[in-house]
Amino acid sequence: MYNSLIITNNIHSWVVSWMPAAVTGITEMIMIALAYLTLFAVLGLFLVLMERKVAAWFQLRIGPNRVGFFGMFQTIADALKLLSKELTGTDKADKFLYNLAPYFLIISSLMALAVFPFSQNLQAFDINIGIFFLIAISSIGVIGILLGGWSSNNKFALIGAMRSGVQTISYELSVGLSLLTMILLTGSLQLSEIIEVQKSGWLIVQGHIPAVIAFMIYMIAGTAETNRAPFDMVEAESELGAGFHTEYSGMKFAYFFLAEFINMFIIAAIGTTVFFGGWLSPFGITESIPWLGVFWFFLKAFALVFLMMWFRWTFPRLRVDQLLTLEWKYLLPINLFNIVLMAIIVWLNFTIQF
Amino acid sequence: MEKYIFYVLALIMIVSAIASVSSRKMLRSVVYLLFVLIGIAGIYFMADYNFLAAIQLTVYAGGIIVLIIFSVLLVHHIDMELEVAKKSKRIITALASLIGLGVFLTTIYSHPFVETTTAVTTTTADIGFALLSTEAGGFILPFEVISILLLAVMIGAIVIAKGEDDTEEEPKETPVVKQEEPVEKKEELLENEVTV
Repeated sequence: MYNSLIITNNIHSWVVSWMPAAVTGITEMIMIALAYLTLFAVLGLFLVLMERKVAAWFQLRIGPNRVGFFGMFQTIADALKLLSKELTGTDKADKFLYNLAPYFLIISSLMALAVFPFSQNLQAFDINIGIFFLIAISSIGVIGILLGGWSSNNKFALIGAMRSGVQTISYELSVGLSLLTMILLTGSLQLSEIIEVQKSGWLIVQGHIPAVIAFMIYMIAGTAETNRAPFDMVEAESELGAGFHTEYSGMKFAYFFLAEFINMFIIAAIGTTVFFGGWLSPFGITESIPWLGVFWFFLKAFALVFLMMWFRWTFPRLRVDQLLTLEWKYLLPINLFNIVLMAIIVWLNFTIQF
Repeated sequence: MEKYIFYVLALIMIVSAIASVSSRKMLRSVVYLLFVLIGIAGIYFMADYNFLAAIQLTVYAGGIIVLIIFSVLLVHHIDMELEVAKKSKRIITALASLIGLGVFLTTIYSHPFVETTTAVTTTTADIGFALLSTEAGGFILPFEVISILLLAVMIGAIVIAKGEDDTEEEPKETPVVKQEEPVEKKEELLENEVTV
């Protein structure tokens, strides 16, 4: 559970040196949790800034450029503004569920963050069912959206929540099945072992044709699962206002907003881990410097995040029926066929390995 | 340490279970039920049975609860409250629950539990081999029977969702899973309402 980077060893010995043995475990768990919370917040702020910069770039604008160097502190200023805003709510809302809903999203995405191997030893929780745990956790987040939409006692919010539910339940299937296709290659659900397998070639190369198909399905379904454009039926501004979080303001709105961006990063991070070798460097060029793994992991993950932002500004929004047709009539059959194809390739040893 | 986590989980589960049956708002009951199910998943995690815990989260928390929330969302307005049952019914239910509790407690306390000395984490590979093993102690027959049952249920769901011969109407979007259909219809209805 503890990793063996030098810095954590130092912290560990420092904690042990002045604390009774009984509470060191708890102290270290709390420290790790705080580290992940910090990562969560910083990552969320950075992703929002990145989204705005990329959007500006696609629309031939400059984007945020007033606060700090090239607008670097714009999102921090926004967060401070949101913190100081009044928390409003509807009169007849179910206050308990209304206040509870954002935490479902936040907690589920935080739990998902915990299992990623950011580098060789930099992993908080190397659970032996890694990928399956991620799929299980991601199916909880939708409850927050449904509760938030219903309990704010608003028609638009309710419709937004319903759409989100339909969309997430449908596309979860494709995400799961496309990851399952890759599991056929690795033979293990544990994330550290999945990366170990990729030392003889990233999985997208090892599995060639079916792996590329699985990656495409994964990216489409992943974008849909995070409710981002072109699948943002949930908060279609022209039809539903802001969708399920219409009635939320201030920090509670920020929770939803933050969780959406973190979910985007999680989808990208799963993609990185399963298809692109996680923290492994291309062709092993920096194999002798293990801590560069963090750099490679984030580089690959942000490349995939950029791809999802690219989707957003390239494709027009789908209608609800088109959305369901895409999933149930195209992606799902292709996916099932793809699993059989991958099984045949693994069975006949047609994989490409270096 | 583990003892305290267990007691915290147990407390959460018992309190939410009681809240779930005594709450008069339907969706709140569902959320309390969700807490009970997540607590059970936590106990599985504590017992190092990660696979079952993840199954618990996916199937119960992610599947069944979402389905229940959907049905509540469709039929229930936020102002409604559940009516209180008659006194005689409440007494009978309480008696039945107490008898059930008594049976469980006597079974648990009369059974000699043996503490295990070795902790073995069951991996997914073990479960997979056990499911497909044809030898003694293998689960190939129940596995196959359940697959056939699931297939039958799936086909049944498609047939019901399709309805009778609606080929003249829009056959365009017939969702495969049963629960999708009413959601869609309700959505359209609501949208019509809004536009009107």
